[in-house]
Order: sequence, then C-alpha cells, then structure tokens
Amino acid sequence: MPQPNPPDATPVSASVETGKTTPAPRNTARTLPANPAEIEALGRAQQGDHQAFAYLYSLHKRRIYSLCLRMVSNVAEAEDLTQEAFLQLHRKIATFRGDSAFSTWLHRLAVNVVLMHLRKKGIPVSSLDEAMEPTQEDGPGKSFGAPDLSLTGSIDRLTLEKAVADLPAGYRLVFILHDVEGYEHNEIAAMLDCSIGNSKSQLHKARLRLRETLHSAARLEARS
Amino acid sequence: MTQESKHSDPQACHDFQQQLPELIGSGQPLGDHPHVKTCETCQALIRDLETIAEAARQLLLSDENEPDSSSEDGLWERIDSAIKAEEGTSTDGDRGE
Repeated sequence: MPQPNPPDATPVSASVETGKTTPAPRNTARTLPANPAEIEALGRAQQGDHQAFAYLYSLHKRRIYSLCLRMVSNVAEAEDLTQEAFLQLHRKIATFRGDSAFSTWLHRLAVNVVLMHLRKKGIPVSSLDEAMEPTQEDGPGKSFGAPDLSLTGSIDRLTLEKAVADLPAGYRLVFILHDVEGYEHNEIAAMLDCSIGNSKSQLHKARLRLRETLHSAARLEARS
Repeated sequence: MTQESKHSDPQACHDFQQQLPELIGSGQPLGDHPHVKTCETCQALIRDLETIAEAARQLLLSDENEPDSSSEDGLWERIDSAIKAEEGTSTDGDRGE
C-alpha cells in the first residue's frame, strides 16, 4: 500500500458560541485541504484503481476511525464501522462530483454509516429526549452553587476523552457532532431527525454533564 | 447604598439557565446579559461551558490525538477482501446477464 502524505490539519477555531468573538468558520474536523497527490488519487480511484483507493484509505483512515470510535465508544464496533464506511466509499466514490471537499463528503458518509448502525442497534437517535431522560444531575439546581474550581486550563485530553466516552449515547452523539466535528445544529437536526431546539438542548445537557464530571476529576486531583 | 450581590437568587439563575441552550445556540453575547453581569455563579458556568467546547475542539481534533485502530493493518486487509469479494460478485453478475 502506498505511504500517505500526512494530511494537514485545518487550524482550529478559538471562538465559541458565546458571542465574545466572531464565530469562525466551522467544520474543521471534516474539511481538510486536499493535497495534489490526493486529488490525483481520487480521480484514479473513481476509475477503479485499487492502489489509488488504498492511498485514500491511508490518508483518511485515522480520522474516520476516530470519528466512529468517539461516536460509539467501542473499539470493535468502531473498526467494523470504519470498514463499512470505506466499503460504502468504494461503492459510491464514482458518484463524488466535488461539490464539497472530498474529506467533508467522506466524513458525512461515515457519520451516516454510524447513525444507521445506531438505529439498527435500537438506539433511538431520532428521539433524543426519550433516549436521555433528564436526571437530577441535569437539573438547573446543579449549577447554582459557586464552583470551587475553574476548569480553565485544567482539562487534559485523556480526562476529556473519558468523560465524553462516559456520556449517555445520545448526549455523546450531539456533543461529538457539534463540538468536535463542527456540524451546525440544523445539520444535526436533519441527520438525527429531531428539532434544532432539541439538538441545542442535548448539547447543553452534554456540556453540563461533562462539567460535573470534569469538576469531580479536578477535585480528586486536588486532593491527591 | 446597595451593593451588587455576587450571586443572584436561585430563581434568577434558574430562569437564566433555562434560556441558556437557546442563548448559546443563537450566538448572542452572553456577557452582556443583565443576569450574567451580576452573577458570579452563572459567569463561572459560562466560562466552564466555553472551556469545555474549546477543549473539545483543541484536544480531540488535533491529528496527533487521533487514535489508531488496534488492528490497523488487519482492518485494511478486511476492507480489501470485502471489496474484492464485492467486485467478484459484481463481475459474476455481469457475466450472468
């Protein structure tokens, strides 16, 4: 299999949705600048060239696997879904017309594969409220007390990864799609067949749940 | 002279936090909200939510943080085999037509 040129990471936006800064273009996870070798490989893969397809796989496998793993939080399932995503890609690659970046198109294809899988598993991704009955933790009272620690500058990747993995499936789905992968609420609502308000609400609840988990972790670390 | 309280009453926080998903989603400047200006609790909440959203992007998005598949080579072999099997089936089907 040809050795890939590592794809360049699109710079990450520093803005958040609080209005403090002008929101920068989103979709940083999905849209990667294509290098000339990728563009050439894409054309050849569309003509049925196996080597070119293998090259595209090598360029995108980690990102697609990562997406699948974060959405399902299970290594074996993530590998199966990565396989399915690339099989779908192979079946459909000739239909790619370049209306969007190839990475965006592939990313959306992979998201659809995961969503289909979750639906087959019986996880009601289309009715998030049913999937995630609010618990007392999610109630507004949890945020009334003065926090004893600020999270600013204290979140490490592993702690965050674990906290995200521990989220209920529906919360995790919306959080990953919005905060990590950069989809807008209207896109998420369309993908999950729910209202935009529902998507916003689930994202907020996911962040609140993460806040609690991360504060707990910070308190534990402060004690030790 | 009345001094501005650092913490609003729980009901005011509740009312504000009920609106938060919509306010955040709309991109309105939360710092300008009258309740936030006088409530340290909600200021801290907003700071934390911003930090979490930012950390998600920064920490989970970087290429070097992408997890490797535990059976990366095996995965490609599986995909390659499945592709060849599909192509074989397709070719057989074409021949049959």
